[in-house]
This record gives sequence, C-alpha cells and structure tokens, in this order.
Amino acid sequence: MELDNLYQEVILDHYKRPQNKKLATIFDAQVHHVNPSCGDEIDLNLLIKNEVVTSITWDGVGCSISQASVSILTDLLIGKSITEAYAIHDNFVTLMQSKGAFSGDESVLEDAIAFAGVSKYPARIKCALLGWMAFKDASVQAQANLN
Amino acid sequence: MTLDPSVIRKDFPIFDRTIRDGKKLVYLDSGATSQKPNFVIDAESDFYRNHNAAAHRGAHQLAEEATGAIESARVVVANFLGGAIDEIVFTKSSTEALNLLAYSIGNASAGNLFHLQPGDEIVVSEMEHHANLIPWQQLAKRTGAVLKWFEVNDSGRLDLSNIESVITERTKIVALTHQSNVLGTIVPLAEIAKRTHEVGAFFILDACQSVPHMPVNVKALDIDFLVFSGHKTVGPTGIGVLWGRANLLNHLPPFLFGGSMIETVTMTDATWAPAPRKFEAGVPNMAQIVGLGAALNYLSEIGMENIHQHEIALTKYTLDKLQEIDQLRIVGPTDTNSRGSAISFTLGQIHPHDLGQYLDSAGIAVRTGHHCAWPLTRKMGVPATTRASLYLYNDESDIDALVAATLDAQKYFA
Repeated sequence: MELDNLYQEVILDHYKRPQNKKLATIFDAQVHHVNPSCGDEIDLNLLIKNEVVTSITWDGVGCSISQASVSILTDLLIGKSITEAYAIHDNFVTLMQSKGAFSGDESVLEDAIAFAGVSKYPARIKCALLGWMAFKDASVQAQANLN
Repeated sequence: MTLDPSVIRKDFPIFDRTIRDGKKLVYLDSGATSQKPNFVIDAESDFYRNHNAAAHRGAHQLAEEATGAIESARVVVANFLGGAIDEIVFTKSSTEALNLLAYSIGNASAGNLFHLQPGDEIVVSEMEHHANLIPWQQLAKRTGAVLKWFEVNDSGRLDLSNIESVITERTKIVALTHQSNVLGTIVPLAEIAKRTHEVGAFFILDACQSVPHMPVNVKALDIDFLVFSGHKTVGPTGIGVLWGRANLLNHLPPFLFGGSMIETVTMTDATWAPAPRKFEAGVPNMAQIVGLGAALNYLSEIGMENIHQHEIALTKYTLDKLQEIDQLRIVGPTDTNSRGSAISFTLGQIHPHDLGQYLDSAGIAVRTGHHCAWPLTRKMGVPATTRASLYLYNDESDIDALVAATLDAQKYFA
C-alpha cells in the first residue's frame, strides 16, 4: 500500500529497537528539541574528538518517524568527521525539503534513504528532521565550546 | 425529531469528494473545525457577489445593504445565545475574543470595575485550551496578578473539592472552558459561577466546544462573558463571537483602536462608541459574519437539542466500540454523563501521529497531538493522544470505519 512508502521496514525496526538511546554522561554539548505542533521531543548529547563525531546519544518520545530518524542518524554519523557529517546532514535536509523531486543519494544517506517517502507527506517532514536539527544545533554548540 | 446524518451530509459538498485515492471521507475532526453546508458557502458568496461594501460607512445602497446584512446576523447570534443584540461583539476568532478580554481588562485603569492589581487572582483550569490559558497567564505576568487553577482528576473531571480556596475574595476573573476539547468533559458551571459571583469576580466562559454542539443560553448560565468560534459551528473561518453582559461591556475599555469604534477624535484624544462598536475597530469580516448568521440559522433549523441528543447517542456508541479494542485507553470520561463528543484515546505503544497517518490512509480524518492543551495531556500522563470528534453529519458507519482501521493499524505497527 501507499503507506509502505512512508513506513519502510528499516524505519519501523529502528523505532522498535532504537540505537544509542541512552544519554551518555560525557558530552561536549547537550540539546533539547521539541516539535511544538505535536509534542515530540528529544534530548541529544554529542561528543566530538579531533574533528570526529565520537558519540551521539539521545532520549526522547515521539512518533516512529521522529524516533527512528534520530536512531538512524546516530548509526550513520558516529565515527564520521564533522565535515562528512555535515555533508550527510545537508543531503538529508535537501531530500526532506524536495517534495518528492529529489530521490536522495543512497551512497551518502545509507539507511536514511528510507525517509525518502516522508518528503511526500508535508506534515511529517518536521518529524523526520527533529533529530537532525538537534544534531546540527549540538554540533555548533560543541564546536563553539571547543574553540 | 430525530436527525438523519445521511440526509444532512447531502448539505455539505465536501462529502462528495474522496480521500487518498478514492476512499470515502470519514471526517472525525470537527473539534478542530467543522465542515460547511452549501447554505453557508452560498450566503458568504452571495454577500461578495451582490452586497459587498464597507458596512457602517458610505452613503450608498450597497453600504446600506452590507450594514443590514451584518446587523441581521448580529440579531441571529443574539437570539441563538439568548443575549441582547448590543451584547454581541464580532471578532476575527474566539482566540481574539479571549485576548480582547485579557487586553481590555489589562487596560482598565484604577477605579475601573476591571482594574487588576498585584495580588489579585485569576482562575483557570488545567483543561484549558492554550487560547484560554496563555492570555490569562500573560495578563497575570503583566499586572502582578496571581494565576490559579482547578486541577483535573484521573477520570478527566475538574476537581472542585477545593473551590473555596481556589476562588477567593482576591479572585477577579474566573475563565473556564465549557467543554474540554481533549477530554470531552462538560464543566458543571452552576456551582463555579455561584462561587465566582459570591466573591465579586467575573465569569468568562470559553464555549468553543459547547455552542456548536448543544443549546447554550447565556441568561440561563449565570455567566458574564462567553466566546465561541464561527468555524467550529458550520460557519466560516475568520469570525468569532464575544458575548458580554451589557453593563459590563460598557465598563470594559477597548482593546483594538481604529476606525468606527470611536465617538469623537481630536489630535490628542478620543472617546469610544457604545458597545459593541467600541470593540469592532476596522471594517469587520462582513462576509464571514453573514456566513455565521447563515450557519446558526442552519443549526437552529435542525435544532440544537436534536444535535445534542444525536451526539450523545453517537458518543456512547463510539466509547463502547473503542473500548472493545485491546490496549485502547480512553483519555477522559468513559460515560456520557456531562460529556461531549470529543473522544481522545491512546493505543498501546502506537504513537498517535502514526495511528493518525494510518487512519488517513483509510480516508479517516482525526486529530493527533496535544490538541493545544499541552499542560492537560501532560497531566493525564500521555505525550499525545488521538482524538475523534463528532458532529451532526457523523453516524455509526463513521465509527465502524474508525474501529476497523484502528484494528488494522494495530496489525500494521505490530
């Protein structure tokens, strides 16, 4: 069915078995982001060492799209250089805002390509972006703290 | 007379369309906004086509007709609520009407009936929509008044056991919802209004969720102000109503300043027209006022008591059917005693946003989230709920569709 484009198996898997969903006690930046229209929220802790994303941990409540998205983000970005992480971030945001016109670069996005279907559901784009916006915010703060 | 939703639906053109590739529209989101009958759409359109001019201005026939049209609608609203014609103020929304009250009260200087001082108290409840919470919360911050509230108990009713300590001699304003937009709870007004007046405070009723669904008569309710929204009442968007007792509206300072709300103006001062004009600065939303008049005439023709009885029966059916679903929990009263037709629920671990998306794929429109009542959903111990809200065009087939799709969603997200 049409809905399967939205709820890809990898999304439902991450929703049921979220990765890195336990806030680490060591971090450079800690952020709390909410989606005021639906009440979804996440806390995200980020650690960057030598320009490499060393740890992203999180906790939160929300729909499968918002929670799976942050879970997949952690899998994808941990171990990447901050430059690589930003490139992936930008690719994901472009995909989300594409209204279905851009199918995303699977070689860059890996499992996060599963969210391609979300871009056709305008009300859900914010759900998918919640964790990514939190990561961006945290990374800016972390780098400011380092400098 | 019993009400036949299948006949009523024929008046609402939106039910002629389909949803998500040919599915029948099952509209269960009237608590957010109601659908509109042709009678209303035509009235609004007729105003623009045939009578459009700036009301209360101009020396020409069209201006006369426009004025006549909106003043006729004011009579309709007054009769619908049981108030006097000059007690009806048109606003752009019920949100604006509540802000009008909060700002006007905030503008009241020393000596005015409504003047607020540090230490005065404003009372709301935990089940308020943000529109009847934040204006008072912020007014309290601006004036130094203290915001107090009634709590909600586990079954979704207001806890009035401490009414004497919540509403005290220091209370100036009590602002409460008539019916919770999340829980469906109807608030018992008599006791609260009595206590409010005992201590010399003013009672403001947010009737957005009651006026569309049951007979509401301001004279019978012992209240001082009431607001409701046009678009939840099968009327247009862009129109809200404030009713206030005539003598109180006379004392209340204006909120928005501008054209047509004045008596005289010099470069350094101005005086105000009598209410309701004092509160209606600028060219009003005329077509929407006319549309609202048509909407209330439409509802009166069907009969508010008939609509109320229909909704009670359908709410009972809905509560019974939903509670047969494994892991489904109703958030709010589970009986139809003092309860309206907004029905919120949670479904095990399935997030409301995901359930809502699934229901949408089956053509069913519900609301999900905190329903602009975040403190309430928090209090009820849930991050969000799914809400089905019913109206005169809904019937048991809509509920059967909701139940079937909810069961399917459980399998889908299992």
